[in-house]
Amino acid sequence: MTTAALSSAPLSKAALFEAQAVKNSARRNRLLSLPALTIIGVFGVLPLIIICVYSFLAAAPYGGVQWQFSTDAYLNFVFQRDIFDDTLQFTPDFLIIYLRSFLFAVVTTVICLLLGFPTAYFMATRPPAQRNWWVLLITIPFWSNLLVRTLAIMFIIRDEGLINNALIGLGVIDKPITMLYTNFAIQLGLLYAFLPFMVLPLYSSLEKLDFRLIEAAYDLYATRRQVLWRVIIPLSKPGIIAGCLLVFIPALGAYVTPLILGGGIHLMIGDLIAQQFGSGRNWPLGCAQALILMAAVLVALYFYVRNTSGKVQHG
Amino acid sequence: MAEPRVMDIKDQPGFRTIAIICLLVLYVPVLILMIFSFNSGSLVTHWEGVTLNWYGTAFGNEEFHAAARNTLIISVTATIVSTICATLAAIGMTRVKPWRGLAAAFMVINLPLMVPEIITAVATLSFFALIAGAFGLNFGIGNLILAHTVFCIPFAYMPIRARLEDMDLTLEYAAADLYATPWNAFRRITLPLLVPGIMSGAALAFIVSFDDFTITQLVAGPGQTTLPLYIWNQIRRPMTPEINAISTILLMVSILFVSVSFLIARRRAK
Repeated sequence: MTTAALSSAPLSKAALFEAQAVKNSARRNRLLSLPALTIIGVFGVLPLIIICVYSFLAAAPYGGVQWQFSTDAYLNFVFQRDIFDDTLQFTPDFLIIYLRSFLFAVVTTVICLLLGFPTAYFMATRPPAQRNWWVLLITIPFWSNLLVRTLAIMFIIRDEGLINNALIGLGVIDKPITMLYTNFAIQLGLLYAFLPFMVLPLYSSLEKLDFRLIEAAYDLYATRRQVLWRVIIPLSKPGIIAGCLLVFIPALGAYVTPLILGGGIHLMIGDLIAQQFGSGRNWPLGCAQALILMAAVLVALYFYVRNTSGKVQHG
Repeated sequence: MAEPRVMDIKDQPGFRTIAIICLLVLYVPVLILMIFSFNSGSLVTHWEGVTLNWYGTAFGNEEFHAAARNTLIISVTATIVSTICATLAAIGMTRVKPWRGLAAAFMVINLPLMVPEIITAVATLSFFALIAGAFGLNFGIGNLILAHTVFCIPFAYMPIRARLEDMDLTLEYAAADLYATPWNAFRRITLPLLVPGIMSGAALAFIVSFDDFTITQLVAGPGQTTLPLYIWNQIRRPMTPEINAISTILLMVSILFVSVSFLIARRRAK
């Protein structure tokens, strides 16, 4: 951009000199990214490399690792060594937790999309002044403390919580329905946590929608339904994909939600990993589990890149 | 202001209802949590009357003081360091000839956003355990500050970079034409125009650090309780509305900083 702007002007000797000076400073400028890159490199990237190494080491009895090559962590993921005859037995416990987390994440993504899309569309079609309020109202929960928001859900669905008290008060039920520490609680918590993550990217995509296209569709005798499915939704595909990814990835690796609403009974991947570093005292296994989660995230990101690259984003 | 009676082509049936339901779903649980912080009874679910006592209990609590102190030390330091780093990096990656590795550098900056928090948490824990074991290095609360700085950088970086990209470059060229040195041009032109972006970025960095639970919980050593960790410790005891009071304070801090960041960004858009 610098060179393009400079070369379009007629260049005198002084201007050439100046261009050289700007270029030199522009070259020096790249060094400015060093502090950020160093901090993230040392305290962000290096730790990821360390857990890759740790996942191939043996567990020390009281947490930590022993510097001894071992593939036990990955074997333990699907097998358990029989303590008597040292044979490997297929144990799907961890796989089941991964599968369950995957299902939780998929259901969360789908329901968030079903609720989030109409919301984002409604927001995008408001007059500008109203629109800003809506965006602020969705942005606040987006940035609010997840632990506190999860706690709010816990208060409502407890045995003596608001829902049960109201239902008993109305005479609908005699004794409280157990909702806390169930799969339902986790699912509800995930929906509550990640709904704003779906609405905001959808909104920023729908906000740029060219409404003349909708007018054109109606001119061509499209019904409301057809306009929605054949015009609006295809045009907002980048936003839909971004929103789904922003919900799916954190939902898959959720830690706080199952910790508080699952009560340690119904685990998700996040709690499973944390457990290996706490009471489980098997760091290599925890590292292997973390890397398997990372692989799943990378697959999701790969689909995202494949679906968005090479296409001109609308607007 | 007569409403036109013709159909609005933008409308879709039922969308308004869903939008309002979403808003209610997002706010009602949190509002109930806040309301119960004023409950004069000692139960978190039975309403008895209005009081401010639970805020008094919280503010008089020594553990709460310690947690608040730790939280502020960590998030203020992490915010300052990450905002400075992010500002420098944003300049180094926009006011520059494209250099080899620019795309990779951009990925590194954004890496903390793509890796699930729990993975970052156990990786950081492993890292600090390793350097403590191998070199006897332990930075105390500095461990948490460093961990927070890493994930604050991309949050601070985003609005600053957006601001730099929106900026009118001709102003900087004009300064150069008028024989301003690159440093003077930066200090007198670029930096003043960049201030809203920097403030918006710093506000976001502060919120994510202030609210962080997952990474802090795994990395924190003894005596390094922050406010979210304090709440977590309270959940596991018999609960009183004190926890609602502390939660409300945390929410208010988030709301304040989000609104500030939002208003700055909106003024920019005008």
